[in-house]
Amino acid sequence: MNNATPETDSDARHAKPKMAAKGVNVFYGDNHAIKDINLDLYADEVTSLIGPSGCGKSTFLRCLNRMNDTIPICRVSGEILLEDENIYTSGIDVVQLRARVGMVFQKPNPFPKSIYDNVAYGPRIHGLAVHRSDLDEVVTTSLEKAGLWNEVKDRLDSSGTALSGGQQQRLCIARAIAVNPEVILMDEPCSALDPIATAKIEALIDELSGRYAIIIVTHSMQQAARISQKTAFFHLGEMVEYGNTTEIFTSPKEDRTRDYITGRIG
Amino acid sequence: MTDRPISHSEPSNGPTDWKSDAMQARIGRRYRRERTFQLLGFSAVVVSILFLVFLLGNIVKNGAYGFVQTSVSIDVTFSADLLGDPTALSPQAFTEKVRKTNMLRLIQASMQDLFPEVKGRRDTRTLLRMVSTGARAQLRNMILSDPTLIGTTKRVELLTSDDIDQVIKGNIDVALPEANRKVKDNELSWLKTLQNDDRISLNFHSQFLTGGDSREPELAGVWGAIVGSAFTLMVTLLTAFPIGLCAAVYLEEFAPKNRFTDIIEININNLAAVPSIVFGLLGLAVFLSVMGMPRSAPIVGGLTLALLTLPTVIIASRASIAAVPPSIRDAARGLGASQMQVVFHHVIPLAMPGIMTGTIIGMARALGESAPLLMIGMVAFIVDIPGSINDAATVLPVQIYLWADSPERAFVEKTSAAIMVLLFFLIAMNGIAIWLRQKFEQKW
Repeated sequence: MNNATPETDSDARHAKPKMAAKGVNVFYGDNHAIKDINLDLYADEVTSLIGPSGCGKSTFLRCLNRMNDTIPICRVSGEILLEDENIYTSGIDVVQLRARVGMVFQKPNPFPKSIYDNVAYGPRIHGLAVHRSDLDEVVTTSLEKAGLWNEVKDRLDSSGTALSGGQQQRLCIARAIAVNPEVILMDEPCSALDPIATAKIEALIDELSGRYAIIIVTHSMQQAARISQKTAFFHLGEMVEYGNTTEIFTSPKEDRTRDYITGRIG
Repeated sequence: MTDRPISHSEPSNGPTDWKSDAMQARIGRRYRRERTFQLLGFSAVVVSILFLVFLLGNIVKNGAYGFVQTSVSIDVTFSADLLGDPTALSPQAFTEKVRKTNMLRLIQASMQDLFPEVKGRRDTRTLLRMVSTGARAQLRNMILSDPTLIGTTKRVELLTSDDIDQVIKGNIDVALPEANRKVKDNELSWLKTLQNDDRISLNFHSQFLTGGDSREPELAGVWGAIVGSAFTLMVTLLTAFPIGLCAAVYLEEFAPKNRFTDIIEININNLAAVPSIVFGLLGLAVFLSVMGMPRSAPIVGGLTLALLTLPTVIIASRASIAAVPPSIRDAARGLGASQMQVVFHHVIPLAMPGIMTGTIIGMARALGESAPLLMIGMVAFIVDIPGSINDAATVLPVQIYLWADSPERAFVEKTSAAIMVLLFFLIAMNGIAIWLRQKFEQKW
């Protein structure tokens, strides 16, 4: 990656951000969980959101595909743009939004169905594959992209829940990319996995970056440093600092960022 | 971490003395308490098992005889003079003649052959009363199905009356003074003669399982009640399951959480505790008075029981829908599934074992229910086997109630036998519920 004068360089490379948060505030009832976040997310980059537990990074992530809609007391203000369109305006179709902005969760959550059906579910409900052969094609390429094909090609009919934790998480990633999203949100995708499975997922994220805008919440600063180009540091609902990952980890501008990455707070 | 010591009864900075007498006494007391509690719990289990064994044992002891019935074998001469000649008459005319003939005369002839000493109307009548009134229909059906019997003499096994049956089963104390018992001395002496001739036998009584109700205990059967129960439960299932499932899914997955839905939820829980007879009154008022549906019919019984079962189905369905892990909903939603797709593709299939279990438990409750059905007239005495949900019918628990209410001693064992039949169906239904749960339960 290019480290020299990253800010201007990246601005030049990405004329337009894929997603942009403008003055986003989130309230859970009276609790002001996220305070005035402004953040640009670019299409060919991995952005990691770091910060101590309860800082609002997962909440922010779930705002990006409106997963918070199902929480009745949750209220979002401000604008989140997906290619210049505010996803919180009333006319937006949430179903379509979530197909464009896919999500991988903290705990691997395959459906208790076959591996094939897990991957085929998204294309099926969105009518992306009409014929069985098209669907086979989508399932195969998705599993290949997720690096799972060789491990499961002989047992596509066995249950997705029978796989190991790491395999399940890669199955969930395959399931997410099967609907051909533009953005993939990952909420601590490796926190339930062992180091070897984590390494595989990280390699996969590296592989997928460039094709999808990837936004990942992580507790591991090493992971953020390894896989992301941009890092945002959240603390107590505020976004303290946002910039190139190398810059954040080597020369943070804010004291709080330095304290967190050196382990003094958290 | 501060380095303040953990507080003890006597504060000291040294390590805890785990071997001290006070500590040993405390440990001993803890173990004693645990042993006492275990003993208490174990005796509670033993007591409940004893009660259950006593109850079941009593039912089986009483009810086993309900499945067997005493019969007497006598030689019946199918006289052509009396019944008409099938070769001479047209089939219709023969049938007509057989139908009009009093079969008691055949029985009377045979019995008088056996007991020529019995003279006089009164004694003859007493003698004939030893044979069940159902024997006439039995003979008539024999002749009609096989007209070649005419002119022959055949040894036929006829049911005895319930009183004779009770003597054979030992339920009537023959040592009592004659005035205090139903079966008189002359009957007992005739019975003795028949027994010595080896004409009395105790056989499995299939009519109990295949026949309808009767005033005569030896002719009464539970099939009418079984069919009535089946029709009623069918109506209940077809009404309560879809309505209950829809209500549960809507309340759990779609309804906004506000004061109104809170009130509905509380009321559903309250409905589950409403005495069942109240539902009977509701059924009487709504289905019979307002909607004018037929009295005593399984359709009304089924709808009334559906009202009773609905809260159970809704509560069980909601519980199993709520037990579907949120991660599955998130997964489907994250892929862009609509709420409807989330519910129908993922939540309901995963909740189905629980929903079905709840429904079957509800059905089992409906099967055992009698009070609400009394209110809508299903307590009537009905001999015919119901043919549809609109025919007058009764159900197993009401049949049990009716028989338990009958004065004849012989109905005691019929009651217990009917309870055994009802318990069989209840156990079968619960068995199916357990099987379904184990078969379809998801392992996470």
